[in-house]
Amino acid sequence: MDYSKLTNLAMNDNGFIFDPASGYSYTSNETGLYILKLMAQGLDKDAICQEFMAEYEVNEDNFNSDFEHYMRMLEALALVEF
Amino acid sequence: MKKTYIAPNIERNSAGNMNKYGAKSVVRHQDSIEGVLISNLVKEYGSPLIVLSEAQMRKRYRRLHDVMQMHYPKVEIAWSYKTNYLGAVCSIFHQEGARAEVVSRMEYEMARRLGIEGKDIIFNGPGKSPEALRIAIEESALIHIDHLDELYLIEKLAKELDLVPQVAIRVNMDTGIVPQWSRFGFNYENGEAYRTVQRLLSGKAMKLRGLHTHIGTFILDANPYYWAAKALLDLAQKIEQDHGIVLDYIDLGGGFASQNTLHSQYTPGEFASPSFDQYATAIGNAFNESSYVSKSLPTLVLETGRALVDEAGAIISSVLGKKNLPTGERAIILDAGVNTTITAWWYKLKVTPTRSFPGAYQNTIFYGPLCMNIDVIRPAVPFPDLHFGDIVLISPTGAYNNTQWMQFIEYRPKILLITETGQVELIRESETLADIIGRERIPEHLSKI
Repeated sequence: MDYSKLTNLAMNDNGFIFDPASGYSYTSNETGLYILKLMAQGLDKDAICQEFMAEYEVNEDNFNSDFEHYMRMLEALALVEF
Repeated sequence: MKKTYIAPNIERNSAGNMNKYGAKSVVRHQDSIEGVLISNLVKEYGSPLIVLSEAQMRKRYRRLHDVMQMHYPKVEIAWSYKTNYLGAVCSIFHQEGARAEVVSRMEYEMARRLGIEGKDIIFNGPGKSPEALRIAIEESALIHIDHLDELYLIEKLAKELDLVPQVAIRVNMDTGIVPQWSRFGFNYENGEAYRTVQRLLSGKAMKLRGLHTHIGTFILDANPYYWAAKALLDLAQKIEQDHGIVLDYIDLGGGFASQNTLHSQYTPGEFASPSFDQYATAIGNAFNESSYVSKSLPTLVLETGRALVDEAGAIISSVLGKKNLPTGERAIILDAGVNTTITAWWYKLKVTPTRSFPGAYQNTIFYGPLCMNIDVIRPAVPFPDLHFGDIVLISPTGAYNNTQWMQFIEYRPKILLITETGQVELIRESETLADIIGRERIPEHLSKI
């Protein structure tokens, strides 16, 4: 999976995201933004899951299901490539 | 303490999808019904739960009656049992002064159980059995004749019983709506309705009291009611001229739309459905233009059920699970499906969260608990992230759900009525296995496995 594009995104804490390469902007919720930031730092799925379980009231199964779905969203927006 | 988790979401920003109706893009939550907290109802009575508001029913009945009277003073409303025949619901409308409008022997017996006398029952429907007609004649119900075989049968029964049945003729006509409802009664344009009146009068067996039409259902234009009223009044005038008979009433049936939105409809129901004033104006104009009315002042009868009760009902349902569909949509599985909420097949029902949610919305499709692909409560709608056990409100569902609901793999849930004073009354218990198998008989050779 290539998510090098994520390192170039400008993200603010309110969830507003700007892609200087394409000119598109995005709005993400708190958890979506957190995943993007962790991915931009180079964390993999398992590490991100551990971070979430430490920070949020969520179990591994639910998070993994949502994470996969979120990856499909990012792929559809051409922010990551598989 | 750990933070509350919401499923991650991201959307590309784009210029807003403007629409001239300014529909709200924010999903507002509703945590109570008529001042009663939804969470308390679920705690006490479980989920799913059907809730009806007495105040809403009475308010809408009085509004319709008042508005109609502003245009034409002599108006009566008959409660359409098929819309919702829960005893408590029917009794509310009867207390307000409604007659009963029934379409089958079962509904006839329901009305009689509630203490409605035969003379206050309008008996419509295309399939009245000889037994049902016999009782209706004996009890002086107003029988609306649907076809010639029924007319012959009533004549025969009248002779047998040596009674004079009180009847009206059902008339169908072209009022400009498509599809034209031509299956009920006798056609106006080709003269069939008038010929039936002649035939009925020549038999000298029954008393012709009125004329009836039912032009369709969920009529989103008030004008067809003008044409329907005009046609019936013209026919009444011809009957008076030719036979010297003055009719007591003109019955325009039902069909007023509620605030629901059909799946095929782009404009939301709250903007598209005519108001009571618009229907009343159309009907009132026809009555006030008619010279027959100024001479004879017939009673105007309305049998509109949906517009009186739909908004008074809602279903409280809990989230059993969520999943992500390959289409990118979020799917929510609720504990109430089309078994309790069959009108989900006709309308874009409103699904409302019962608490506030932070974060962005995602296209969400709401499924019921049934193992059938068509068990969809609401196709994709932007919605906040839901979790197991979250509660949503599905509305408006007061019309046709408690009469057309299905006995498919689940027990039907409890039904509550919130009274005008805010009391919560259980008006129908949830079903048990005994309700389902109580009338079954297992043959002896199958009794041991």
